[in-house]
Amino acid sequence: MGIVLNSVSKKVGSETHINDVSLELEIGTTNVLLGHTLAGKTSLLRLMAGLDRPTSGRILVDGKDVTGVSVRKRSVAMVYQQFVNYPSLTIYKNIASPLKMSGMSKSEIDRKVRKTAAMLHIEDLLERLPSELSGGQQQRTAIARSLVKDADLLLLDEPLVNLDYKLREELRLELQDIFKQREAIVVYTTTEPAEALMLGGNIVVMDEGRILQTGPTPDVYHNPATLKVAQVFSDPPINYLNGTVQADKARLAKDIEIPLDGHLRSVPPGNYIFGVRSNHLFLSKVAKEDAEIRVKIELAEINGSETFIHVNHGDYRLVVQEDGIHPLRIGSEIAIYVNPCCFFVYDEAGALVASPSRVSIQKRV
Amino acid sequence: MARIELNEIAHSYLHNPKGDSDYAIKRIHNVWEDGGAYALLGPSGCGKTTLLNIISGLVTPSKGRVMYDGKDVTKLPPEKRNIAQVFQFPVLYDTMTVFDNLAFPLRNRGVEQTEVTKRVHEVAEILDLTPFLEKKAAGLAADAKQKISLGRGLVRSDVAAILFDEPLTVIDPHLKWHLRRKLKEIHEQLKLTLIYVTHDQMEALTFADKVVVMLEGEIVQIGTPQDLFENPEHTFVGYFIGSPGMNFLTCTLEGNMAQVDGAKITLDEKTAALGRKAQGKLEVGIRPMYLEVSPVPVENGVPAEVKAVEDQGSHKIAVLMLAGKTLQAMLPEGKPVPEKKVWLVFPSQWTRLFADGRLIKQKE
Repeated sequence: MGIVLNSVSKKVGSETHINDVSLELEIGTTNVLLGHTLAGKTSLLRLMAGLDRPTSGRILVDGKDVTGVSVRKRSVAMVYQQFVNYPSLTIYKNIASPLKMSGMSKSEIDRKVRKTAAMLHIEDLLERLPSELSGGQQQRTAIARSLVKDADLLLLDEPLVNLDYKLREELRLELQDIFKQREAIVVYTTTEPAEALMLGGNIVVMDEGRILQTGPTPDVYHNPATLKVAQVFSDPPINYLNGTVQADKARLAKDIEIPLDGHLRSVPPGNYIFGVRSNHLFLSKVAKEDAEIRVKIELAEINGSETFIHVNHGDYRLVVQEDGIHPLRIGSEIAIYVNPCCFFVYDEAGALVASPSRVSIQKRV
Repeated sequence: MARIELNEIAHSYLHNPKGDSDYAIKRIHNVWEDGGAYALLGPSGCGKTTLLNIISGLVTPSKGRVMYDGKDVTKLPPEKRNIAQVFQFPVLYDTMTVFDNLAFPLRNRGVEQTEVTKRVHEVAEILDLTPFLEKKAAGLAADAKQKISLGRGLVRSDVAAILFDEPLTVIDPHLKWHLRRKLKEIHEQLKLTLIYVTHDQMEALTFADKVVVMLEGEIVQIGTPQDLFENPEHTFVGYFIGSPGMNFLTCTLEGNMAQVDGAKITLDEKTAALGRKAQGKLEVGIRPMYLEVSPVPVENGVPAEVKAVEDQGSHKIAVLMLAGKTLQAMLPEGKPVPEKKVWLVFPSQWTRLFADGRLIKQKE
């Protein structure tokens, strides 16, 4: 069992929402669609579900062409950003609704509803109406409804985005376990790199209706093939400095010099873009090979357990991510540090030349 | 500018409130210092908006008094309190120019034209709105509109305080930090009393010098972002601030040891001594960042099982089982990932003890 998208495109009027996407997803896998808002994630889910028809290309399920088959005839369940439930039905009836047409016996339905409700910790709320529940409980109900009928294709479109961050933390943990136990193709869209990493599985990085890169989620995180993938798959967005590689060293921005050691040794002379994630910039020197960057503080954002320090180095805007709370004054001038072994190197067209975790990278075709 | 005092405030939306649970605000008694930047943080339904509305005058509290600089304003409506308010959605006149929008509160009070022009230009400069002054407000983006709402408050030289109710809700995520920065700059420049309501910890902790954490109609802690992280005075603060939140384990005390179902955690002597005198349910708390994980037995190490390790990119989170309870520990990058059995060290300077949810500490 699997779903195959074969050169699928979707145009609406003069706009291209999905641009020549080919993809193969297998049963028993969790697949994350990662991309900024309007990257085409929801459009792609709707095509997979059969809610929309592609303008060109084919969609195959189990080798059979289902391109024109309506959503009702497919084994699909979908969870949306907004909490979609039947307002006049109890939570029990909401969860049971996909089973009503199945011809399943009452006792079997009852068993399934209670089991699924227990999995999402809403078993005590079954007699209530959706309006009597909190946002988190309403979304749990919608998720339970999508799980109850054991669909082959389980699609979730940013299901946690409208919940507050504590509920998001809880549900993310629970969903991971639930997905692992499913015999289904799970497809989950998100804009957040951290959420993608937590769900693991395979990732499909999207931008402007195209697929930029696919692969096991941690692999892609550690080897973003292009600068664009690195931007989409880093939060805060990846920092970059223009640089020139000379015979024995590289010069970044105006006056930052780094030696060509480790993965940088193989980079031929020329002009490059040096990318580094925020968690690899530090407020103090950690190792003796760390390079110093003089910066001016724009803002220290504090998220509870980490601080994101926005700084300027000339015209470059950088963000430093440090553990703990660091209240820093706007406008003060400080030094930040980076270890040269943490740089991704991209050529001027944005293709990866060297990455910290692997010395040689095969260029993507 | 004003120092705001809340004197024994309680509020119920019901006509005949009976028990505690009928009160949206149970008892609040505190002072908001002149020139302070405060955030009111808490989950939905904790009473933070009700409290803001009591400060602004939109709501008259059932009990207690509101004092501005020692003067009782409890019964005064918002327009008599010299406060400015910025709401979730920008409130402005779409058909007017940006200049006229900013000038409106001054013209309304009969301020002289030359003074109006001077003030509007000053405020536009601070908010980077000068290029838009002659434009109609209708065509502007949400962040510019929200800056105009803020400008209408700043333009009055007599304003006592500016109150914000989730003002960044409609702003695009990547623009939020620009506005957070602007607010901090304004506070540094103008030393206004600012009170900011939000359920988002990032907004509260970035904006405020002092964060007021609310739960179920009460203030559970007032502190700097650092206080809330390092010394949460209530288990709720430990849980709510930080991702993931603080770990808690129900325990009993034996000498300097906290016992968790047979596992022993060493506490510092002072904490243990205070804990032995405390009443109620005891819990040990530690932040995931401070919990040390060792792959080999170490002194004071408590054995635990590794349930899962999650790669979050910048660091890994280990999910651990200790005496049937789940704990989370943050693993620094580059450290080897533990396999099955580990030993946990609870450094005593970061290990806290709570009785019935409240931090056990030396009386100040």
